Amino acid sequence: MIRWLVGLIGLALATTQALAADSIEIGVGYLGVAGTRSTLSLVEQPAQNDGVAGAKLAIEDNNTTGKFLNQHFTLEEHRIKEDEDPVRTATALAEKNDFIITDLPADALLKVSDALRDRGTLLFNAGAIDERLREADCRANVIHSAPTRSMLADALGQYLVWKKWSRWLLVVGSHDQDKLYADALRRAATRFGAKIVQERTFEDTGGARRTDSGLTLIQRQIPVFTQQAPAYDVLVAADESEVFADYLPYRTWDARPVAGSAGLEPRSWDAAQDQWGATQMQNRFMKLNSRRMTALDMQAWTAVRMIGEATSRTNSGDVKKVTDFIKGPDFSVAAFKGTRLTLRDWNLQLRQPILLVDGRMVVSVSPQEGFLHQVSELDTLGYDRPESKCKLK
Amino acid sequence: MSSIPRYNDAALPPPLAGKVRTARGQMLRMLLATVLVALTARPAHAFIAYVSNEKSNTVSVVDTDSWTVAKTIKVGQRPRGIEFTRDGKFVMVAVGDDDTIQMIDAKTQAVVDTLPSGPDPELFTQDAAGRTLYVANENDNTVTVIDLEKRARLGDIQVGVEPEGMTISPDGKTLINTSETTNMAHFIDTGSRKIVANVLVDARPRFAEFKHDASELWVSSEIGGTVSVIDPNKHAVIGKVNFEIPGLRKEAIQPVGIGMTKDDKTAFVALGPANRIAVVDTATRKVTKYLLVGQRVWHMAFTPDEKYLLTTNGVSNDVSVIDVAAQKVIKTIQVGELPWGITIAP
Repeated sequence: MIRWLVGLIGLALATTQALAADSIEIGVGYLGVAGTRSTLSLVEQPAQNDGVAGAKLAIEDNNTTGKFLNQHFTLEEHRIKEDEDPVRTATALAEKNDFIITDLPADALLKVSDALRDRGTLLFNAGAIDERLREADCRANVIHSAPTRSMLADALGQYLVWKKWSRWLLVVGSHDQDKLYADALRRAATRFGAKIVQERTFEDTGGARRTDSGLTLIQRQIPVFTQQAPAYDVLVAADESEVFADYLPYRTWDARPVAGSAGLEPRSWDAAQDQWGATQMQNRFMKLNSRRMTALDMQAWTAVRMIGEATSRTNSGDVKKVTDFIKGPDFSVAAFKGTRLTLRDWNLQLRQPILLVDGRMVVSVSPQEGFLHQVSELDTLGYDRPESKCKLK
Repeated sequence: MSSIPRYNDAALPPPLAGKVRTARGQMLRMLLATVLVALTARPAHAFIAYVSNEKSNTVSVVDTDSWTVAKTIKVGQRPRGIEFTRDGKFVMVAVGDDDTIQMIDAKTQAVVDTLPSGPDPELFTQDAAGRTLYVANENDNTVTVIDLEKRARLGDIQVGVEPEGMTISPDGKTLINTSETTNMAHFIDTGSRKIVANVLVDARPRFAEFKHDASELWVSSEIGGTVSVIDPNKHAVIGKVNFEIPGLRKEAIQPVGIGMTKDDKTAFVALGPANRIAVVDTATRKVTKYLLVGQRVWHMAFTPDEKYLLTTNGVSNDVSVIDVAAQKVIKTIQVGELPWGITIAP
């Protein structure tokens, strides 16, 4: 009886090994937050699958490549609910997945990364743009495919300065992340020689974002709010909380363009991006997801493609080998932005061009011509190595 | 002047150059030729180049004698890959946004037919006999096989993500396709139409070219910034061509088109936004010279006598003419908007 059992187990083991030799399974987890945020513009309202839809496409792309290399990728998604412990959920997800793409707030991401550190799971931050995750709070097991606030602000700043719109009226929302974006915009102004002629705060007094009689009031409110400003070229708005910025264009007291959180916005990706072969990518995305591709979708796509790039170059699904390759000097990934994207080795931030978009078209792509750098022009965007406070551990 | 008859072939009105084979025809042909030579007194070796203009949806016909645009042909949307049929009777141009390949009659210089390619065709190649056409369809990860005589679709071959570069081995037995996001050169047996090998190259491989003696396959990687030299028998990368231009950032060096001289000794590589053509010694795989051409140089074609190399410069909307022996750019010709591909009458 026992002999028979042992034989059976042995046979089962042998079969598993044979299967494993057939194809390397690479599990990728996606960890997001349940529910969607509310936006001022109805057309900007994110889809339920914002982000993970990009990961899904990249899994398909990786699998097309993987079939030539006997590698197979799977995606497991989990959305954390309000009362859920992110650490417990992430730990469960890490059981089967050595790689996890995250779209989490900074604090939750830090908890998760610390909890998974000893396990060797590699995390890709596709959602959080917070500077501190790449600076004082950087982690050796977190790679950032999302750009930072300073990269976005610098991309916009370079263009405004190139355009010679160097006098900015800065309008800042009253929430914490609005203030962080304003910090990044102030830093950009100083770096590239723009002048903030005045700052105003737009207080969030609460209330619904959508009302049946909404526009009448806004049309009176915004001109009054923006009047009597010193002479300026462009109004720059910092409103990540989606409270007021989209109300500004065409309603300012002076006839001035709007940039920042409305009007001309810096983004890692846009549905209108069609240069450098991006059309094929946009088509593939549309075919798979029946909607257009957002910046978050792209950041997740890039993260999963980074994994696929490393597994095909190393011909391995081993998380240690893949991690070492991604962090090593030979790593780069192509992401339809006209140049190879590489990692900043001091904080694991992905270097990338930033698009400037108006909601319909890509107006420009930063870094702008003439902003030079001794290593990579992409390092003119965001905090550079000498300024970095990051100590990877 | 032994070169005159050759000149006649190219410069005569096509009905005479192509079809008339009777003694009377010969006679007439020679007569006409003499008249033409007398009238124009142009130097020998004139060829006709066809340039696809990606943005203006046109094909520019360039006379390599006067170096001027002789005609502009309206074609479908987003023309890119362009090539003569082996018999020289037609020019095929992939019009990606119309999901087809159009055939331009070289005599009338008008679009006369279409080929059933898959969606978004970009580059294609044909076998030595000119009977079978292989098309890379960027949108659905396939290579489409087309019977050129029947102008009918024979089948599809599944390849990697975003197939682009296409070439065929000199013996016609192996088809090469490069896929841009999978980063591979796929070796396809033309008999069975099955993939026999996949070779990983650097990021975004865009173009593949065999040495004429079939000893090496060169594949350019646009984002990787290199050209991989592959042993087609061992299916392995045996060397890489690297590029470095003082004062130019590395990211701007994006190799695309490759041209190989008939003696296989010299390769020319278009470097995209680096605005240069690299001249590469194929023995050492080192760059011997960089030739400054127009902006964002894509592809190139030799004149059949290999005296000149013509390059398409996407952003500056022109074609640069390189004197191959002197390795010098001698001329620039304005064409349509965003010139992409080029082919020259055999």
